[in-house]
Amino acid sequence: MMLQDFIALSPILDLGAFSLVTMLAIAFQRHHARIVVFAFLSCLFTLATLPWADTVAPRAVTTLLVVDRHALLYMGLILTATMVIIALSYRYLNVQFREEEGVEEYYLLLLLATFGGLVLTTAEHFVSFFLGFELLGLSLCSLIGYLRTRRHPLEAAVKYLLLSITASALLLFGLALLYFESGAMTFHAVGAIPKQAQSVSALWLGGLILVLIGIALKLGLAPFHMWVPDVYQGAPTPITTYIATVSKAALVALLLRFATEVGVLELPPVVHLFSLLAVVSMVTGNILALLQQNVKRLLAYSSIAHFGYVLVALLAGGPPAAEAVTFYVIVYCAMSLGAFGVVTVYSSEKGDKNLFEDYQGLFWTRPWLAAMLALSLLSLAGIPVTAGFIGKFYAIAVGVDAGLWWLVFALIGNSVVSLYYYLRLIVTLFSEAPEPAVASLAQVEPSAPRVGWTTAFSLGFVASLILMLGVYPNPLMELIRDSVNNLLMVAEQKP
Amino acid sequence: MSLWLLILIPILAAPFAWMGQQWSRSVPRWIALGALSVDSLLAFLLVSRDQAAQASGHGVWLVESHISWIPRWGISLHLGLDGLSLILIILTAFIGVIAIMASWTEIQSRVGLFHCHVLLTLSGVIGVFLAIDLFLFFFFWELMLVPMYLLIVIWGHAQRRHASFKFFLFTQAGSLVLLVAIVALALLHQQATGQPSFDYGDLMGLTLSSEMARWLMLAFLIGFLVKLPAPPFHTWLPDTYTEAPTGATIILAGILAKTGAYGLLRFTIPLFPEAMSDFTPLVMGLGVVGILYAALLACAQTDIKRLVAYSSISHMGFILLGAFAGTELALQGVVMQMVAHGLSTGGLFLLAGALEERYQTREMDHMGGLWSVMPRLATMALFFSCASLGLPGMANFVGEFLVLFGSYATQPIMIILASLGMVMAAIYSLGMMQRTFFGRQQETRSVPDLSNVAFGTVLCIAVLQIWLGLYPKIVLNTAQPVMEQLVQAAGAAPNTSHPPSESLLSSHITTSQGSTP
Repeated sequence: MMLQDFIALSPILDLGAFSLVTMLAIAFQRHHARIVVFAFLSCLFTLATLPWADTVAPRAVTTLLVVDRHALLYMGLILTATMVIIALSYRYLNVQFREEEGVEEYYLLLLLATFGGLVLTTAEHFVSFFLGFELLGLSLCSLIGYLRTRRHPLEAAVKYLLLSITASALLLFGLALLYFESGAMTFHAVGAIPKQAQSVSALWLGGLILVLIGIALKLGLAPFHMWVPDVYQGAPTPITTYIATVSKAALVALLLRFATEVGVLELPPVVHLFSLLAVVSMVTGNILALLQQNVKRLLAYSSIAHFGYVLVALLAGGPPAAEAVTFYVIVYCAMSLGAFGVVTVYSSEKGDKNLFEDYQGLFWTRPWLAAMLALSLLSLAGIPVTAGFIGKFYAIAVGVDAGLWWLVFALIGNSVVSLYYYLRLIVTLFSEAPEPAVASLAQVEPSAPRVGWTTAFSLGFVASLILMLGVYPNPLMELIRDSVNNLLMVAEQKP
Repeated sequence: MSLWLLILIPILAAPFAWMGQQWSRSVPRWIALGALSVDSLLAFLLVSRDQAAQASGHGVWLVESHISWIPRWGISLHLGLDGLSLILIILTAFIGVIAIMASWTEIQSRVGLFHCHVLLTLSGVIGVFLAIDLFLFFFFWELMLVPMYLLIVIWGHAQRRHASFKFFLFTQAGSLVLLVAIVALALLHQQATGQPSFDYGDLMGLTLSSEMARWLMLAFLIGFLVKLPAPPFHTWLPDTYTEAPTGATIILAGILAKTGAYGLLRFTIPLFPEAMSDFTPLVMGLGVVGILYAALLACAQTDIKRLVAYSSISHMGFILLGAFAGTELALQGVVMQMVAHGLSTGGLFLLAGALEERYQTREMDHMGGLWSVMPRLATMALFFSCASLGLPGMANFVGEFLVLFGSYATQPIMIILASLGMVMAAIYSLGMMQRTFFGRQQETRSVPDLSNVAFGTVLCIAVLQIWLGLYPKIVLNTAQPVMEQLVQAAGAAPNTSHPPSESLLSSHITTSQGSTP
C-alpha cells in the first residue's frame, strides 16, 4: 500500500524534490534564464504527475493529507497560475533588477510558496493546515520584499508580515480551542462534535470563528482588508499576481474542505458571520475602488469585492455552492492573471506604471496589451463571452436556488457599481493619448522594450482561457462537478 | 445552420473590416455593406423557404437550430426564426446599411475599427432576435452592448464619456435584474421537473404561483423597459443619442430600442400571461405617460438631436401601449410601429447628424432659413417630420393608428390621452422645421447640400416609408401568425384561477373584459 501512497503524494513530492534541485542549481551557478527554465519545468513536471495521482484518488495519506479530485483540481490551478507567473516574472526581473542583486532565489521562493499551496489543498489535519499556511505566508513575505533596495516593496513586506503573524496567532489560538474541546486534530473529528451533541459549546464555536477569521484575514475579506491595497501596490507586480491568484486559490480550497468536513455552514452563527463578511466585502471593495487613481489599488479593492461574491456562492450551501465557488475562483484567477499580467508587462525600468494617466490611450500605442487588459476588465465586470460572466451567472444561480435573495440583490447592486470603475479604466485605454506621449512616441518606440515571446505566449494563453471558459464552460463544469462529488464522498466516508 | 450564418456573417466580416483600413478608408465601409447585404439576402432567402414551410404546416418556428451547449444547466444553443424575428432581422440589416451610409463622411478616423464595432453590434442584435434559449438570449443581449459602448466612447461628441457611462450602467442594471429573473425561472423549472432548463418552449409550459409570476414579470419588465425606454428609466436616452456618432445613434434608435419591444412581445407576455392582468394598467399607463411627457419635453428642446431623441421616446410609448392592449390588431400595430419608427428615426437622425456635421452645432437657434441653402436636406427633413407626426400614407400612421384602434376597446381613456401625443408630435415636428429650415437665415456660411450617397440613402428610406404606408400588408401578413399565437398562448395559459374569458388576450378588438363600453 505504501506505493499507492507515494503515487497519491507524487505532485507534492515532485515539487519538493524539484525545489531542492533548483536550489542546488542556484548554488552551482547563477544564471537567470536557466533557473527560470528550471522553475518552469518543475511546475510542468508536477503538473504532469496529476493524472497519475488521479489514478489512486481519493486516498488519505496518513491522517495529515488527503488526495482527492478536489485537491488535484486546485493543484492544477495553482501550478498553472505559477507557471504563468514565472513566465511573466522573467522579463519583469530582467528590467527591474540591477546586476549585483541576485535574482535567482526569487524562483526558489516561488516554488516553495507553491509547495505550501499544494499542501494546503490536501490538508486534512491542523498540522498540515498550519504548515502549508505558514510555508505559503513566509515565502510570500520574502517575495514581496524581494526588491530590497526599493522603499515600497519593503513597506509592503512588513505589512504582510504583520498580517501573517496576526492571522497565524488567531489561527493557532482557534485551533488550540478546537483541540481543547474535541481532543482531535483532524477536520472530520472536530466536525463530529456538533453532529453528536445537539448544542455546541461556546469555546468550540469561538475557536471555529477564530480559525475562520484567520482565513478571512489572508483572503482579504472586509473588514480584515486593510493590508490588501498597500501590499498589492507595493509588491512587485508578479508577486501581486501571485497573492491574488495562487495564495487565494489555495486558501479557498482549504476553506471548502474545512467547511464541508466540519459542517460549518450548518451553524447559524457562522452563516451570519459569513453573510456579514460577504456584504461588507462587496460594499467596501466596490465603494473604495470607485475613486482609485492607481490600477493596482483598484484591482486590489476589486479583489476584495470578488471574494465577497465568492462568499455569496459559498453561503448557498451544498454541492452546487462548492461548484460555483470553485468555478468562480478558477475564473477569478484567469482574470487576475490577465489584468495584473498586463501591468507586469507594461512596467518599465523606472518602476511599475500604475497610474491611470500611464494607461491613457494605450489602445492606440500598444493595441494587444490594451485589448488584453480590456478583456480582463470586462471579464471582471462580468460581461458575456468572457469567463467572468459565467462565474457570476453561477454565483447568482446557486444564490437564487438557495433563496438568498438579499445577498443576490447585494451582488447585483455591487456588480453595477463595480462596472463604473472598470469602465473608467477601459475608457482611459481608449481615450486619446496625451500630447507629450504622442510627440515623444517616435523617439521612444524603437528603444521601448519589446514584449518577448514568453510574455506573449502566457498572456495569449490566459486570454484564450478567459474566452474559452466564457464560450464553452461545459468541460470545466463537468470536471468541477466530479471534484466536488469526490470532496463530499471523502467527507462522508470517514469512520 | 442558416440561422447561425445570419449571426456569424457580420462577426466574421468584422476583423476584415478592421484590417481593411490598411488599404483604403472605403474598404471597411464596403466590407461592412457587403456583409449586411449578404445577410439580408440570406434572410430573404429564408422568407421564400418560409412560405413553403408555412404552407406545409411546419411547427411553431419556421426555421430552427438546436445544439446542446451547457447541459449542466439545461442551456442549449437554440435559435428559432418566425415572422416577427424575420421582420426585425431584415430591419436590422437595413438600418445597419443606413448607419454605415450616414457615417460615410462623418467618420474619418479609425474607420476600420468603427465598422468592426458596427458589425459586432449588429450581429449581437440579430442574435437577440433569433435566440429562444433564455440564457443564449441574455448572452446576445449583453453582447451587443460592449461594441456599442465603444462606438460611443471612441467616436462620440464632447460629452461622450458621461453619456456612455450612463448608457452602460442603466442598461446593465436592467439586464442584471433580468438575469436573476431568468435564472429563477430556470430553477423553478428544476423544482417542477428535476432538470433546469432555459429553453423557451419548456419555460412556456411552466405553472407559476401568482406571486412568483408577478415578481418575475416585474423583473422582466424592468429589464426590457430600460432598453425601450419608458419612463422612469429613460434618462439615459437623450444624452446617449445626442453624444453618440450619427451612425451609432441610428443603430441605437432604430434597432436597439426595438430589442426591448421584442423582449416584451417574445418573452414577457407569453411567459407570464397570468400576471399580465395585474400589470396591464401600470404598463399602459407608463406608455401614455411616456408618450405625453416625452412629447412635452420634445417641444421644449433647442437641440435638434435631443428633440428627435425625445420624439423617439414618445413614439416608443405607442409600442408599450399596444403590446399590453391584448388584441391582435394592437399587436399588429406594434410590429408595424417598430418597423416604421426604425425607418423614420433613422432618417431623422441621419439628417440631424448631417446638419451637425455641417454647422458643428445642434442648436436650432443658430440655424434657420436653411431651406434655400440646402434644399435636398430640407425636403427630406420635411418628409420625415411628416412621417414621424403620423401623416396618413406613411408607415408610422399605420402603426400608430392600429395601436390606437386596437386598444380603444380595452382602455378608452388612455387611448384618448395617447392620441393627444399625435397632436403634440405635429407641434414639435413642425416647430423643428420652422426653426431650422424656415425663418431668417442665421448662418451665412455656405455649406454643401446633402451628398449623393446620403441623399440616395434617405430616398430609399422614404420610398420604403411610403410603400409600407400604402401597402402594410406585407409586414402585417408576415407577423400575423406570430401575433395570433401570442394571443392564443396567453389565452390558453394554465390559468385555473380565472375563467378563460377574463384573460386579456383572448379575443379581437372587442375584448371580453367587463369594462368594454
